[in-house]
Amino acid sequence: MASNKIASFMNLDQLQHKLIGAARAHPPADQVPYGFETRLMARLRARPVLDAWALWSRALWRAATPCVAIMVLLVAWFLLAPPAPPPGTDLSQEFENTVLAAAELEPQPADVLR
Amino acid sequence: MERTETELIAAVLQGDAASFEPLVQRYSPRVFATARRYARRESEVEDIVQEVWLKAFQKLKGFRGEAPFEHWLMRLAVRTCYDFLRSHQRNRETAFSELSEPEHDWLERFVSQPDTAAESADAARLLVGRILEHLSPAGRLVITLLEIEERSVKEIAKLTGWSVPLVKVRAFRARAEMRKVLARLAKEKYL
Repeated sequence: MASNKIASFMNLDQLQHKLIGAARAHPPADQVPYGFETRLMARLRARPVLDAWALWSRALWRAATPCVAIMVLLVAWFLLAPPAPPPGTDLSQEFENTVLAAAELEPQPADVLR
Repeated sequence: MERTETELIAAVLQGDAASFEPLVQRYSPRVFATARRYARRESEVEDIVQEVWLKAFQKLKGFRGEAPFEHWLMRLAVRTCYDFLRSHQRNRETAFSELSEPEHDWLERFVSQPDTAAESADAARLLVGRILEHLSPAGRLVITLLEIEERSVKEIAKLTGWSVPLVKVRAFRARAEMRKVLARLAKEKYL
């Protein structure tokens, strides 16, 4: 509906053609701002030279910090943790006692006959 | 004696950064003209051109000398402009209500007597710039390269890094997009 109305008073194809023609008729200026090359070259010279070894050693130094932090935490945990239980309360021994307890309580065949 | 392009590039690759300056002096006008097609403000244009040259300096090792340096540089320039368009898309949905007086007059003349509205008029240049700003980045790039600079599809594929079928698809969509923008302009102005 609206497009029909537009088409009745404005030829969009012709407008597009005219505008493209206008853009072709006005190419942009190729003027270089004063001192551009000097500014650019100064920026290029100021850029740090990328050295692979320097990057690698910087990454290693950065990784060292969390490693030291983790080490300190582990040492602190080891020192401050509650002391280990006495040898009598050995976990494996307790496990064995629990398993064999059932066998000790089970009635023997002679007891059943009596 | 003036050194050739190949000699200059070889010197830069060997660590002589000063040899880059003649290349900058030689090709900056072309890079500026390209950047001015996509950015309106001069500060943005200069940022784009600076980025193109910084990339060229960084990637110079990748230049194999199979094609002229200028072609390689223009590929970098077009791709940098496309990145710029993609990162500055915010103005696309703005209304056409703030057309300037000469633009308004040019449109009026076109509606009443289409043949008298001159393509050479400055108002037409401003208007087409405004319309291109409403296109998507890919649409604007394709319309500029294909319609305004009148490059072939193959050339555009080389410049942008897109495949030939993709350029064709994007050109088709860009033309449709431009027609939609023009229809919106007409609707906002006259309906």
